[in-house]
Amino acid sequence: MSALLQVRDLTVALQMDSGPREVITGTSLEIGEGEAMGLVGESGSGKSMTAKAIARLLPDGAKVTGSVTFDGTDVLALTGDALLKHRAQVAVVFQDPRAHINPVRRIRDFMTEALRILDDVPKAEATRKAADALEEVGIDDPAKRLKQFPHELSGGMLQRVMIATALLSEPRLLLADECTTALDVTTQAEVMAILDELRRDRGLSMLFITHDLELAGAVCDRTCVMYAGQVVETRAASRLHQDPLHPYSAALVQARPDISSTAQRLVAIPGRPVSAFEAPSGCRFAPRCPHVLESCRSQEQILDQLDGGIVRCARATELRGRLLDGAHA
Amino acid sequence: MSAEILDPIAEVEEAAPSRRRLRKIGIIGWVSVGVIAVALLLAIFGPIFRPFDPNASDLSFANVGPYGSHILGFDGQGRDVLSRLMVGARTTVLGAAFVALIAVTIGTSLAIVTAWFGGKIDASLSAGLDVLFAFPGILLAVVAAAVFGPSLFSAGLALAIAYSPYVARVLRGAALKQRAMTYIAALEVQGFGAWRLCVRHLLPNISSLIVAQGTILFGFAMVDLAAISFLGLGVQSPQADWGVMVSEGKTGLLQGYPIVSLAAVLCIVGVVAAVSFLGERLDASSKDVRR
Amino acid sequence: MLRFIARRLAMLVATLMVASFAIYGALYLAPGSPIAALTGGRTVPPVVMAQLEARYHLNEPFLARYWIWLTSALHGDLGESIPLHEQVSTLIAQRIGVTISLVLLTSVIIIVVGVGLGIVGALGRGTVDNGVLFASTVSAALPAFAAAILLQFVFGVMLGWFPVLGTGNGFLDSLRHLTLPALALAATSVALVTRVTRTAVREELGREHVQTAVSRGLPWSGVVQRHVLRNAAIPITTVVGITIASLIALAAIVETAFGLNGIGAYLVQAAQNKDFAVVQGISLVLVFAFVITNVVIDVAYALLDPRVTLGSRAQ
Repeated sequence: MSALLQVRDLTVALQMDSGPREVITGTSLEIGEGEAMGLVGESGSGKSMTAKAIARLLPDGAKVTGSVTFDGTDVLALTGDALLKHRAQVAVVFQDPRAHINPVRRIRDFMTEALRILDDVPKAEATRKAADALEEVGIDDPAKRLKQFPHELSGGMLQRVMIATALLSEPRLLLADECTTALDVTTQAEVMAILDELRRDRGLSMLFITHDLELAGAVCDRTCVMYAGQVVETRAASRLHQDPLHPYSAALVQARPDISSTAQRLVAIPGRPVSAFEAPSGCRFAPRCPHVLESCRSQEQILDQLDGGIVRCARATELRGRLLDGAHA
Repeated sequence: MSAEILDPIAEVEEAAPSRRRLRKIGIIGWVSVGVIAVALLLAIFGPIFRPFDPNASDLSFANVGPYGSHILGFDGQGRDVLSRLMVGARTTVLGAAFVALIAVTIGTSLAIVTAWFGGKIDASLSAGLDVLFAFPGILLAVVAAAVFGPSLFSAGLALAIAYSPYVARVLRGAALKQRAMTYIAALEVQGFGAWRLCVRHLLPNISSLIVAQGTILFGFAMVDLAAISFLGLGVQSPQADWGVMVSEGKTGLLQGYPIVSLAAVLCIVGVVAAVSFLGERLDASSKDVRR
Repeated sequence: MLRFIARRLAMLVATLMVASFAIYGALYLAPGSPIAALTGGRTVPPVVMAQLEARYHLNEPFLARYWIWLTSALHGDLGESIPLHEQVSTLIAQRIGVTISLVLLTSVIIIVVGVGLGIVGALGRGTVDNGVLFASTVSAALPAFAAAILLQFVFGVMLGWFPVLGTGNGFLDSLRHLTLPALALAATSVALVTRVTRTAVREELGREHVQTAVSRGLPWSGVVQRHVLRNAAIPITTVVGITIASLIALAAIVETAFGLNGIGAYLVQAAQNKDFAVVQGISLVLVFAFVITNVVIDVAYALLDPRVTLGSRAQ
């Protein structure tokens, strides 16, 4: 079974004031039908840009090489109507719902716009579908909400509206870009639960972008970890948590405070995360890695298969099983 | 003990950029500075350095073009155009400066008072200012001219009063922000009086905004004053003034002799444009430096 | 929403009261007695003096007089011009048509050219945008009377394409006569409107909700119409409204320059002749028009932006 989404060797450079800056280097990933893939990384890792590249939402002037294939179609080559159709099939749920919904239009207009314009659905029917969708995401009194404006709804409700709207167009792939980061923890849990349930019900594929490794582990089948524009590890979600293959993944796992244990100090990764264009040659994680050797800095790290996962670390086999010890190699 | 408890980092940042800022205003910026400097010099020294008596009229030379040392020729009354321009700078430029100064003074005082006391005084004064906001100054000046007789003073005062609500509105926001800062509260707790705090602390911290507003107003005032003089309700003919000259030269212009009106218009537009370009360049360069 | 309109109407009435009070009170600030101010210092037979005193209720307290004046004005009686022995309202009615036509034509130019250029500049690339910016900078440097003189000279005297004075007869001829004045009046306003439109549209283009619309596969032209322009309409409408409101006073300058007999030019003449009743009457009319325009702007803003609940428009 070939994957629904295939990203091969994707490299993206954005046009900034200071010149072209690479943000993604040679990234590859695959998502199958009905599969949820988590994409985890800190700021600057390139995870949001990967999603944008898939949805063809990159800013003007971005240089893209490599390939993105969706359901057999070459996404990067699409233009015109075909491009619009592709975007309609890939639904995106964004991070800050209040900024991403037009504040001067009613919820009903926001939700039914695509249906009315792209699918020629008559207004009454579209409104009915929107009301049904709102019920599905757990919003009470949908008729009233549809008539309201975005500033009358809370952040959590708006995010549910976003999710409902995304599902209305019956997409095949859902891109969730840090969609719960802007919400408080309780709301976060509720929204995640709804997203997870609906996704499974409809057998949707999902790319779930977050900086929270544990959250990804909870809802995704596989997790992909990015650092400085590169994929450093891809593994089944649960296994990544218990048995990470890459020092960075291990560090992320350890950095999360655990309420059940006591600690003198919180574990943190020294240094700050870098973007692709700021990264050193050789292993990009070397400056912050607790297991670094001289050879790491001079050697370009490549992806290798290891125990059902993929990892970009020359020392991976060597460090197997010892990464969560907290001790240096 | 000094009461200057300002944020030390911000203070350092504030001091250095003004020097750097000057260097970045570019060619347009420097040309503008030049134009404004010339205008100011003329305003102050024009009557001393003018080549001919601006009021000496010789009708046999009416509307005659450049002739000998009369570089710009003569106006409809046979008076030397260049001399009138040089002398006219005084009323136009200084008049506008006077208007801007008064409007800024009134506006700043209102802004600080409303910001300082807050509460009901703020609400009622603001409502009052809202009512007067953007009220056309020219209208007020026309009424003033009708009541007090046309003069530069009445026109200028009317304009200043009409501009004040606008200045007050703009500065009120900045003043409120300063008022809410913790260092003011700290000083209040130490027992420093309201007057001292407003003058020695609040005022200096909004001073760059005040200067910016003053500059903008200077531009508006020059145009409006010249317009009022053009209408015959400000500076009175035969006194030399750029606005008056535009009006005086109109008959000539309609007959195909445009020098008087056009020269005066160019002077006005030139100075106003210079002021606005300079303002823009200063604004842009200060933003650059902060980055 | 209704509360908002009610508040704005209250402000309207308050402004009118303050302004009318100032206009009426100004008479009493004039040096000399009110009679002297009304007559403009002309000598007048005692019979007329007595008539004036009765007419203006000068034997009654100030506030009563003010009130009588205001209420008569609301009924259309603005008093009588002493030098001309005519009703002020008649004098105004004869001339207001010209002013209204001028302001209307200018408004059309401001909206079509100003907003149009702004949108073109914001949506277009480099050179188009720079061209728009340049044009607006040039236009911004031309205050009404400067533009009037320049236009008169270049297009009227030198090129002879348009007449420079007077109002003309009949529709098309009037239009020809009003073209240069309207352009002069519109110059600085067009520059401002272009700038604000361009900035507003640019900002909206960068907003996240526009990205959402694009991500759903909606065609770009539709997104621009329904999301970019619709949202940018809010600040654009406000600035267009404000510039049109300012035209009311600036019209006086252009009318004088072009010899148009509108109420603006007449106001100036009356001020010069110290025909005080006319000055009061026209001032009241202009202030009224100004305030009404502002209320219309506020209401339009509230209609366009559902987030507005109370208070004045966000500046």
